[in-house]
Amino acid sequence: MEEVPRVPGETVKAVAKDVMYLCPFTGAVSGTLTVTDYKLYFKSLERDPPFVLDVNLGVISRVETISMQIGENNRGIEIVCKDMRNPRFAYKEEQSKLEIFETLTKHAFPLSNNLPLFAFLYKETFPEDGWKVYDPVAEYKRQGLPNESWTISKINSNFEVCDTYPAMLVVPTSIKDEELRKVASFRAKHRIPVLSWIHPESQATIVRCSQPLVGPSDRRCKEDERYLQTILDANAQSHKLTIFDARQSSVADTNKAKDGGYESESFYPNVELNFLEIPNIHVMRESLRKLREVVYPSIDEAHWLSGVDSTHWLEYIRLLLAGAVRVADKLECGKTSVVVHCSDGWDRTAQLTSLAMLMLDSYYRTLRGFQVLLEKEWISFGHRFAARLGHGDENHANSERSPLFVQFVDCVWQMTRQFPSAFEFNELFLITILDHLYSCLFGTFLYNSEQEREVHSKTVSLWSYVNNHTEDFTNPFYVNYENHVIYPVASLRHLELWVSYYVRWNPRMRPQMPVHQNLKELLVLRTELQKKVEELQRDVASSRSVSSSSDHGPSPSHTSTPLYTTV
Amino acid sequence: MFSLGSGGAKSPKPSFVSYVTPEEIKPEGEGHLQERSPEFLPGEVVFCSAKHILKCSQDEDSECSVFGTLFCTNFRVSFVSDAIPPEDTVQPFKNKLYGENDIPLSCVDQIYGDYDEKKKLITSSQMMNKYPSKIIIYCKDLRVFQFSLLHAKDETAKKIFQGIIRHILEPKSLKCVFAFSYGETTVSVPDVQRKQTTVMFDTAADWLDEMKRTKGGCKLVKDNEDFGISEKLPQFFFVPTHVENEDLVKYQGKGIPIWCWSHHTGCALFKMASLPVVQEESNAKVQKAYMERMLNAVAQNHLYSVKTEDLSETLPNIQDIQQSYSKFKQNFLIDSMAEFWVSDVKWFSTLETSRWLSIIRQCLHKAVEVVESLEQENTNIVLIEKGGSDLCCVISSLVQLMLDPYYRTLIGFQSLVQKEWVEGGHNFPERGNLLHQSDKESPVFLLFLECVWQLLQQHSPGFQFSETYLTVLSDSINVAVFSTFLFSTPCQKASIMKTEPDRGALNIPPVWEWSLQFDCKAQGFFINLLYRAKSKQEKALRKAQRPKYTRQLSLPSTPPPKKGFFKEETENLKKMLRGKRISRWMQLSDSAQASVREFYAAWQRKPLDYHGLLLPCLDGPAVRLWTQRYLRWIPEVQILGGGDVALMNKMATLVQEVQELCKEVDRQVCQADSCLENPMVFLRSSVHLSSSFPFAANRMWSFRPAIPTSIGDHQMDMGQLAIRDDEDTETTTDVF
Repeated sequence: MEEVPRVPGETVKAVAKDVMYLCPFTGAVSGTLTVTDYKLYFKSLERDPPFVLDVNLGVISRVETISMQIGENNRGIEIVCKDMRNPRFAYKEEQSKLEIFETLTKHAFPLSNNLPLFAFLYKETFPEDGWKVYDPVAEYKRQGLPNESWTISKINSNFEVCDTYPAMLVVPTSIKDEELRKVASFRAKHRIPVLSWIHPESQATIVRCSQPLVGPSDRRCKEDERYLQTILDANAQSHKLTIFDARQSSVADTNKAKDGGYESESFYPNVELNFLEIPNIHVMRESLRKLREVVYPSIDEAHWLSGVDSTHWLEYIRLLLAGAVRVADKLECGKTSVVVHCSDGWDRTAQLTSLAMLMLDSYYRTLRGFQVLLEKEWISFGHRFAARLGHGDENHANSERSPLFVQFVDCVWQMTRQFPSAFEFNELFLITILDHLYSCLFGTFLYNSEQEREVHSKTVSLWSYVNNHTEDFTNPFYVNYENHVIYPVASLRHLELWVSYYVRWNPRMRPQMPVHQNLKELLVLRTELQKKVEELQRDVASSRSVSSSSDHGPSPSHTSTPLYTTV
Repeated sequence: MFSLGSGGAKSPKPSFVSYVTPEEIKPEGEGHLQERSPEFLPGEVVFCSAKHILKCSQDEDSECSVFGTLFCTNFRVSFVSDAIPPEDTVQPFKNKLYGENDIPLSCVDQIYGDYDEKKKLITSSQMMNKYPSKIIIYCKDLRVFQFSLLHAKDETAKKIFQGIIRHILEPKSLKCVFAFSYGETTVSVPDVQRKQTTVMFDTAADWLDEMKRTKGGCKLVKDNEDFGISEKLPQFFFVPTHVENEDLVKYQGKGIPIWCWSHHTGCALFKMASLPVVQEESNAKVQKAYMERMLNAVAQNHLYSVKTEDLSETLPNIQDIQQSYSKFKQNFLIDSMAEFWVSDVKWFSTLETSRWLSIIRQCLHKAVEVVESLEQENTNIVLIEKGGSDLCCVISSLVQLMLDPYYRTLIGFQSLVQKEWVEGGHNFPERGNLLHQSDKESPVFLLFLECVWQLLQQHSPGFQFSETYLTVLSDSINVAVFSTFLFSTPCQKASIMKTEPDRGALNIPPVWEWSLQFDCKAQGFFINLLYRAKSKQEKALRKAQRPKYTRQLSLPSTPPPKKGFFKEETENLKKMLRGKRISRWMQLSDSAQASVREFYAAWQRKPLDYHGLLLPCLDGPAVRLWTQRYLRWIPEVQILGGGDVALMNKMATLVQEVQELCKEVDRQVCQADSCLENPMVFLRSSVHLSSSFPFAANRMWSFRPAIPTSIGDHQMDMGQLAIRDDEDTETTTDVF
């Protein structure tokens, strides 16, 4: 039996021959199917080169039997994946085949079958420990914190105040712990307003939190009111504080009736409240589901645009980018501090704050800075990765699932398209992040909060892998726009569907050669020439001491690489 | 000071232009108001002018509205601002013929008048008696101008309005086009480097060279030198060797297979104007026999096979193209910011309903079908169309671009346009509505440029020219100075240029004299920095094989040696042809769709050679909007510090560094030759450039971001989902 390529710690669980893969692009092909505890691996020698399908189990959302009759193959199975593809197999009803699909189901949903996620079995070692990429103290220090107005509080070090927040929080210096606890009781899930980012010049801040528990009776909380006033006071440049409520105003009103709500401008003086009108996680989930129908397996050429339009996916991307631009603009041009919240402050809030931070702070646009941004705004502040992605869980219809992080990465991709030289990382980096969002190979995106995430010793961080392959993930066009704010244009005319992610399974959409090939060649040429100049300078220096008119033999051949000509 | 509209009776309305009230406007005292005028071109004559015209900006921002004088000349409508422009504004991409505030008359697409807040399309001089408060001019290069007449004197306002309308909208004769007065007053630049310039295809030698280059074997027809055969055909052209001379004169140039290009295997591409439809049976019979002879002659060019492709049956006609483009361009002719954001929500649906991208796709698809026949089946192809000079030009040029890397160089591309479009008799003035005499306007040449842009963006390194070059070329169609786009046929050009002996030499330059529009530095933007030219070594190798041009050949250029069976087969084919006659001619059918897909897939599997065959991907997302051309003037969509210019800047810097290093190496070894020529050098860091660069480069883009205003206005269909709580754990539809 031929060995399938495996990662360290991976074991083969079942193998079956004569399984037919029904490729939607190139037609049916028969071969051997192998299931390990990490992936499903199909290989056919019918074609040259051999046909290979490699699907990691983490990406599987559900496995369904379908009726089928192709020759001897009377059973069919469809594997619905979270990454926009649904491979289908056909096989003959016999013991070995039935077993392999049983094994597949078992290992695709380990948590439902009392098995560990593969991340705990993965045995790869990397030179760098990716868990050390994000050090909150160092990151806050980079931002110039603590300072006279803001302090790093240890009040949540045991996750007592808020179990979905990180241990370390930046809060106004003048607020006492007692007051903080009172504020916590007035905010949904105890997610109090805390600092995410501070402008290096104006000291205007991005503060994030959850909705206030105002309720239908317009409850007030003196401490909460004073708290926001303190945030306003910490910024001498402005006498206003802007609250961006990510929700649709109608939905915010509904929440108010259910004991949630929003800050009333009459109780919070000098506060300006804006709704960003972004729909909730259910709408986003439905939108991506529709998008899958448009892009997989085949594309309707004639109705491509209306197809994409009907999913509203790009419209929501536009809403998010527009919201983040408003946040960034308030800080940069308005020099005003901003409070961002939605209902619980872990979905849309994380999207908005991290996007605004990407616009404002060039550090987050570097390969490492982006890792810090994700670790900070998403992972430590409790974006509920486990719930939103449903790792290892067979309950595919759980309505808590929603592709909010995918949507965020899509926004980042849109920004990289509009500013092709402003980001140190490339598209492959973003796709790699999304692939390992589901793969369960690394511990990075497995859990809901920092408290749950005591996985550092037991799993490998995605960043260990990434930082060991920085070459692959670097954008050759990168120019460090230090201290430069970038505002993406939130117009549908400039937004495009991320084809190389959503439509990547379609072989017709695969690019043949990256455009930046030429740039890479130029970079090599430059290095060569630099070396040559140095050599020659050395030669000249040494030969001068011997003879002043020495000939250097044949001239260097630099004729091999003239890349450009002009008219 | 100045008078207000009709004796101050009209008060400025809030919706109009700006919120500047007349009191706020401080024009300089009439006494020392500087008499400023545009820099007139040779032969340019002022028809009328008007002072105190307010040029309004789209964003209704009073600061951007400026007072000035409006001129109407025989070349353009020109606005000269009262404010003295700062001396130090650097314009890296200044057009020498017309500036930012100039509208060449032939560039005007539509004129609207604002009558009591109602926007009315002005179609003729009927409405001339009453002048509007504001003239809105939509340009063919997609600029939008709004001039308020409210502050001008009554008489002047009326005069300038009437002048503009008359000189733009009324039909005129060709001789009245500005190019003629320009041509009379300028001296022609001597053609110094003939070898380095575009092949014009106006001499027999040019055609013979082209035939030699492609190693084709057709016969040159010289009998049309005085347009005796047809006024629609060029003076010189090639036909298959077996076409009888007496057949050439039968249908006034129609029905003749005109050679376009030969594939290295020997099969060739032809185009043909279809024969007129006849009712009478005897005539039909004669025509049928004639067509048979023609196709037989084509078939004998190579391997006895031929396919005909009737483009009027399978592609949209020129009215469809015009209709589609009219809808499409409305997306970019924006009057106000508010209108922009409202239309943004409907962007994808309006884009699709215009069908413009779909027409582009159809043309590219057809071209790929033809490429397949040439490349895969080595069949001769005859493109047929009513006039033979619209879609025939589009398809034949596209086929040649895909197959022949020579046409992907700048000079090669210009030569291709000369060969297929100018000499091919594309009726530029009629399709561009230059004279306002007919209703046969249709942006066929623009459609071709669109298709080229699609190829360029998919295979950047394969093209020597940049998208900026294509955009500028598309603009130049509407600048009535160039001979290239002035004449309907080579015959018309010859007759007009000839009959002017008493008026002195007429010098109407072709558009390819780019130095008329742009200085050397600006022309640098025409070059694609991603272009991968063949290395010198490769070139040297090729030179040994073929003396004049370089072209990648994947197969030997001479037909394979005729073995016994092959000879037999051709004999059989000949017999079969004689027996079956016309029924043997294949028509491309619906199954072509699947076949083209397979052809593309097979090509895609091979390693990509930018100097070989290039095919476009035509799937939904692959055919895209030419953002540079269409979005460049809209302030809301300018990406400040972003856009492709950032990439280009990085490339340019790197090229320069490499160049410096080369020089350094040369200096060290005392060698003089430099391996790289001057690349373009950008003036500012790309942080300060916008995505519209190099266009609109000296406009002041706001540093504040554009924030959509219509959010929430648009009710999205989200149904029950929208009102649910995020943490509502009720089980619902499938998640992924």
